[in-house]
Amino acid sequence: MPPDSPPVAVPAPDLPESAPSTPPGLIALFVAFAKMSLAGFGGVLVWARRGIVDQHRWMTANEFNETFALCHFLPGPNVVNLSVVFGSRFRGIPGALAAFAGLLGPPVVIVTVLAALYARYGEIDALRRILAGISCAAVGLLISALFRMMMPLIERRDLIGLVILAAVFVAIGLLRLPLPAVLLVAIPLSVAIAFFIRRRAAS
Amino acid sequence: MNSDTNPILSLAWTFGVMSLFAVGGANAAIPEMHRLAVDVQHWMTDKQFADVFAISQLSPGPNVLIVTLIGYSVAGVAGALVATLAMCGPTAVLAYYVSRLITRSSHSRWPAIIQAALVPLSIGLMGASGLILALAADRTWAGAVVTAVAAVLAFATRLNPLWLLLAGGCLGFAGVI
Repeated sequence: MPPDSPPVAVPAPDLPESAPSTPPGLIALFVAFAKMSLAGFGGVLVWARRGIVDQHRWMTANEFNETFALCHFLPGPNVVNLSVVFGSRFRGIPGALAAFAGLLGPPVVIVTVLAALYARYGEIDALRRILAGISCAAVGLLISALFRMMMPLIERRDLIGLVILAAVFVAIGLLRLPLPAVLLVAIPLSVAIAFFIRRRAAS
Repeated sequence: MNSDTNPILSLAWTFGVMSLFAVGGANAAIPEMHRLAVDVQHWMTDKQFADVFAISQLSPGPNVLIVTLIGYSVAGVAGALVATLAMCGPTAVLAYYVSRLITRSSHSRWPAIIQAALVPLSIGLMGASGLILALAADRTWAGAVVTAVAAVLAFATRLNPLWLLLAGGCLGFAGVI
């Protein structure tokens, strides 16, 4: 792969408002992603958008949404995928590595220290009680994010979507089936349904 | 790949494979992490899994770092690094090649169709995460109430989630939960 191919990959079709002034360098990529990552408690996406679109103006909001949509439908941690795609657009593979390292390096150090503390002191009674309380609240946060994601489906009265959602919930949450097996059935089925719905809507 | 094999290899294999099936991001992969770490590999108990989730929510960085904590509990610092790279590396490479492919080819409608198809799937997975974590974390009625109140507050207000975690920690310390 040519390491200096990024300008080819920048789409920039129709954006008069704020085309990137200068493409960020490797250090700038590392620092920017490290900052977003360290600011991001409970999810980095909001901070990634703020940093990339509002603060540095490296992408317009539309470009960001398109890039994120791509990363969202690929498997794996979305923000990690975003860092790689974003870094490679500007600086090829070195850029991808710089953004990836910035996003993951500093928080991994912090989390590893916390893991060591947990391994050593996790059995102390006060700490156990505190963690138990935090985990109850943390589950609540996850459930609220879940309902936020469900609202568009409910508002659209997307019955088929809700049935697929419920089926996956039952298979994974209640029956505890292995994820690969469930996805190998659910993804082709769901894609086929989405395809036929579009085709019928088009005709 | 059971107990007699090297734990580092076991971590690398487990999370490397999981990353390719992690549709909808890290939080949607939690049921599979729980199934493998608690039920299949016996790396940790249900309670430890809930603790590790809490710590990962409490620390900065992407949600995927729960695998760093699982890796550490299995094989120390090396385990933490291997688990993180195994969970993030394969899909990062995939994302790199797919993004080059897509920016080069003309605008196809397949990405939009696949995306529309995956949305309900990933929400269903998130729902399963919520259930499995609630069963692991909410040992008492008071705990379940804290979860419900935190969910409603986070849904209905723009309160910084850190305050809710902090409040949960205080209630836990006070022995309410």
